[in-house]
Amino acid sequence: MSEQLDAGLIAERIAESDQLGEPSGAHEVGRARRRKEDARLVTGRTTWTDNIQLPGMLYMAFLRSPMAHARITRVDTSAARARPGVVAVYSGRDLAGEQGSLPCAWPVTDDIVIPDHPPMAVEEVRYAGEAVACVVATDRYKAADALEAIEVDYEPLDAVVDMTEALAEGSPLVHESGNRAFTWKFAGGDIDAAFRDAPVVIERTYVQQRLIPTAMEPRAVVATTDGDGFTLYSATQIPHVLRVMLALTTGIPEHKLRVVAPDVGGGFGSKLQVTAEEVLSLLVTRRLGKPVKWTESRSEGNLTVHHGRDQLQRISLAAERDGRVRGVRVDLLADMGAYLMLVTPGIPLLGAFMYNGIYKIDAYDFTCTGVFTTKMPTDAYRGAGRPEATFAIERAVDELAHELGLDPVEVRRRNWITHQEFPYDTICGLTYDSGNYEAATEKALALFGYDKLRAEQSDRRDRRDPVQLGIGVSTYTEMCGLAPSRVLGSLSYGAGGWEHASVRMLPTGKVEVVTGTSPHGQGHETAWSQIVADALGVPFGDVAVLHGDTAISHKGMDTYGSRSLVVGGVAVLAACEKVKDKARRIAAHMLEASADDIEFSAGSFTVRGTAEGRTIQELALATFAAHDLPDGVEPGLDADATFDPDNFSFPHGTHLCAVEVDTETGACAIRSYVAVDDVGSVVNPLIVEGQVHGGIAQGIGQALFEEAVHDTEGNLLTTTMADYLIPTAADLPDFTTDRTETPATSNPLGVKGVGEAGTIASTPAVVNAIVDALRPYGVHDVRMPCTPERIWRVVSEAGPPASGSGARAGAASAEAPAGTSAEAPASAPGTASAPGSRSGSDSGSGSGSASTRAPGSGEATSSSEGGAR
Amino acid sequence: MIPAAFDYIRPASLEEACRVLAEADAAGDDVKVLAGGQSLLPLLRLRLAYPAALVDLGRLPEPRGVEDRGDHVFVGALTTHDEVLRSGVVREQVPLLALATATVADPAVRHRGTFGGSMVHADPAGDLPAVALALDCVFVVRSSEGEREVPAAEFFVDYLESALGPGEVLLGVRVPKLGPGWGFHYEKFHRTAQAWAIVGVAAAVRREGGTIGEARIALTNMGPTPVRARATEAALRGLSPAPTGDGDGARDQVRDACGQADSGTSPPADLHAKPDYRRHLARVLTYRAVRAASG
Ligand SMILES: Cc1cc2nc3c(=O)[nH]c(=O)nc-3n(C[C@H](O)[C@H](O)[C@H](O)COP(=O)(O)OP(=O)(O)OC[C@H]3O[C@@H](n4cnc5c(N)ncnc54)[C@H](O)[C@@H]3O)c2cc1C
Repeated sequence: MSEQLDAGLIAERIAESDQLGEPSGAHEVGRARRRKEDARLVTGRTTWTDNIQLPGMLYMAFLRSPMAHARITRVDTSAARARPGVVAVYSGRDLAGEQGSLPCAWPVTDDIVIPDHPPMAVEEVRYAGEAVACVVATDRYKAADALEAIEVDYEPLDAVVDMTEALAEGSPLVHESGNRAFTWKFAGGDIDAAFRDAPVVIERTYVQQRLIPTAMEPRAVVATTDGDGFTLYSATQIPHVLRVMLALTTGIPEHKLRVVAPDVGGGFGSKLQVTAEEVLSLLVTRRLGKPVKWTESRSEGNLTVHHGRDQLQRISLAAERDGRVRGVRVDLLADMGAYLMLVTPGIPLLGAFMYNGIYKIDAYDFTCTGVFTTKMPTDAYRGAGRPEATFAIERAVDELAHELGLDPVEVRRRNWITHQEFPYDTICGLTYDSGNYEAATEKALALFGYDKLRAEQSDRRDRRDPVQLGIGVSTYTEMCGLAPSRVLGSLSYGAGGWEHASVRMLPTGKVEVVTGTSPHGQGHETAWSQIVADALGVPFGDVAVLHGDTAISHKGMDTYGSRSLVVGGVAVLAACEKVKDKARRIAAHMLEASADDIEFSAGSFTVRGTAEGRTIQELALATFAAHDLPDGVEPGLDADATFDPDNFSFPHGTHLCAVEVDTETGACAIRSYVAVDDVGSVVNPLIVEGQVHGGIAQGIGQALFEEAVHDTEGNLLTTTMADYLIPTAADLPDFTTDRTETPATSNPLGVKGVGEAGTIASTPAVVNAIVDALRPYGVHDVRMPCTPERIWRVVSEAGPPASGSGARAGAASAEAPAGTSAEAPASAPGTASAPGSRSGSDSGSGSGSASTRAPGSGEATSSSEGGAR
Repeated sequence: MIPAAFDYIRPASLEEACRVLAEADAAGDDVKVLAGGQSLLPLLRLRLAYPAALVDLGRLPEPRGVEDRGDHVFVGALTTHDEVLRSGVVREQVPLLALATATVADPAVRHRGTFGGSMVHADPAGDLPAVALALDCVFVVRSSEGEREVPAAEFFVDYLESALGPGEVLLGVRVPKLGPGWGFHYEKFHRTAQAWAIVGVAAAVRREGGTIGEARIALTNMGPTPVRARATEAALRGLSPAPTGDGDGARDQVRDACGQADSGTSPPADLHAKPDYRRHLARVLTYRAVRAASG
């Protein structure tokens, strides 16, 4: 018999195994505590939205458009209404008078086109999967069955699938107003000067494929009413924002609407949304007066969870011959899909300030055009804008290194901001507060065994091993910790970026923390407890963290953009400081001392130089009794704080990836992966580690596996997990992770965001490695995801490899003009400028940084089966 | 998603199951046998199949398990993939089946999915049909009329279509032991660990002196059914597995022979591969499988 799972027992065991030494007041922060929420989560005692059962509950199912673009000419719901168990059936027309339009909170330009976005289509459907009718029935099976009895007549319209074609003259239109949603421009420095007579110009186009965020918990909604007020439970990242937006959309007054995010199983941006189903469930519950529930199926989710990425990036880089980058020009097309949802147009802007990466450049020019297509709208997906920017600049810098015959690490070194130069004002107008790119990179190179791997690479090239080794370098920084409210305002975002916290000292000395962040897997209950334990000198176990319910946590900006710790955690700390200030005054009064003479340490307030004091728990009880408080002091030790940061958070790091590419089959296998991240000071190293692992996995997913594919009619082909492949643990290598710690100067905890870092860094590391492996074949790009078939085609089209690793220079680019071979070193701008010394079989010596290539030390580990799984 | 409504019947014995199926057949009802449900339930949930009733064999005590029967191993249809993998008889006597089964899906699926279900489902992307074809297995089929045997070459009729008639169930499969001198390999090419094969190659090779005496090669996902690579099998006979000659003049005759592995196939096009790539993979993977099996 297996032991019965008991959450309490498991929690105790976790607590026991965490006794890494008696916790002293000063040492909770920094401890690798296991997460206190996990015992409940792993023993199934969770309240997922789908677990909520209310008396009299009805179930909703949606009929969804089978076409990407069509006029709805008739919806007949009568047969469905007659089906057993069916309580109501609604078409878009039935709800047209009250359903409003789904909100877009980020009108990025004054002339942006924000089309009306009915939660349920009325006249026209504009993407496959758009809701056209819904059934409300007594159970979910009856609801699903009745969908088949609804008759809809569609008059097909032309699909608009490709962004470039969408902008061409004569393209069919998604909306009458045209397919261009906006064009947003940004520039710094003299870009023309940077490109004029530039010795080297790299021009590349990269495709950020469309991705489907795949949170483990599907979306689910429960709406209920008592006839006056409404409660909406939703698998959402943003209960607070959602409440405001739903009040504005549905007309339900804000004070009559409570939004609850119960246990939420992952979001990655996909639950940072105001969804059609959330609005419609409220409308249906308002009409019927009964609770309703909807839970999506996985294939329904693939169609209708907002998608991510989908950009076409044209990047040009002007550089000196020594590799120093003068300027970067970016021209972006961003696929909005059919409508602008909550922050759809803002996503590419979150990347706009990041195309300079960690580098010092003189000039920058950025243009982004948002394009409508007849596809599911895009919106935030882990990293939101910044992975795209990092990918483009990191790929382009590798191309530059290749053109110049320099080691990719060396080119980065020649361009990056050195640690003495912080705080550094970038060409994009940001101030990077702190960092040490040298330290992170050195550590990563050492852990990776960079020189040895380069030696093995050149050996395999010399041997023309069918399994080639590629080394991918990716350095990054990113702006996260969204965000200074003032900056958001200047970018036309509809809300602020502050965060709220309350700390309540209970009479028995226990602590309740109310946070405006809304964790959905991140472990805030643990990390916030660690912060509070240190700040107030109370035991870790005495802290409870409340969140995710607007009736409990009345104020907040929720969780996304790696903001929770750097904004919300800092708010918690600020509230603790206020509690302490008040406790100090009360202690002084009780001890008959001056407040200035009261010292605080490990939870006790003592009179300087004496042993006399009061613990914070004693003060909590005394304040509760309120028998003897100083004049003018209100009973209670509670405090609220709202923190609005002055700056973003800028984590950074260096990721290195070694990939074996089987050139016969196109298969590639990640052989080793090293991530050295600098996320500033660390509250809980285990949680950081988890975020980094998950982030890297997701970034590798984009590099190798994931792509939402549409046919020419705009139908999504990847509706199941057999078609939309996401990697599991079995498909991923062991990650070697380490950190450098350069504290942030922008907040008192010294912390930086970690939620998106791994995703941002890993995608270019992997693709750079694949391209690096294929350099001898003249390959300079493989479109993502780098599937075996794509790699095989690229290799077959490229023909046989040039000999030895010295051939890297000659193999610059299929697009480069003639005269780029090693025999004829060219010097014209835009072509490879290979030094003559790199020609011939001078294996591996082409690097400008001899130290990073040591030919001959060939530590060729077994490789022949590397590519074949 | 949610399947359309269906009746559910759980017979107490195989005899009863056959009777129920025969009655349904006579009445013209569309009934389906349910074993592990790992292929059938997804079809129902996506509403790609609408059977009126399911006849659940999943909890029947037989035909289940692996039996050594002298010149062959009998694998009961209801044996789960996991049970096949754990069977010492399978590993020792018919190792090709163990090699291929180990690549099927993931542990959760292997604990529910059955050996027989994989065969009857007749998915050309499934890993086990190619094994049955390569080894010339014999399928034992039962109905209320009695038993009949179907050779592997006739069992896989078309895409998702086996030779089973409406009232029939699969009892099990006789997997021949090939005896000494044979080597085996299953080479599966897929994008993630639990994904289906883009192409798979089941190879059995008998060494005879220094040469290949006989090779049996069957391909997964190179057409609507698994297919034997007959041209390659013939070309391999009598070849020395080692390359002949030295240096640049060396001729790898085995590679040349495997260059015909895709002849006579009609590979499908899907999101993971177009036909020309599948053909290329079939050639490369056949070479790898033959090398591994003859090494
Ligand atoms: C995520 C996932 C990944 C997978 N990956 C792979 C893979 O990589 N390789 C692979 O080969 N397979 C894979 N499979 C399929 C798996 O092997 C299934 O177990 C197998 O295909 C069907 O076996 P089953 O017992 O589940 O059959 P069921 O789903 O119950 O039935 C399948 C079909 O066979 C019929 N049937 C079953 N048993 C009998 C019987 N005894 N007599 C008559 N008819 C019968 C049923 O009527 C039905 O038509 C995967 C499945 C899943 C869910």
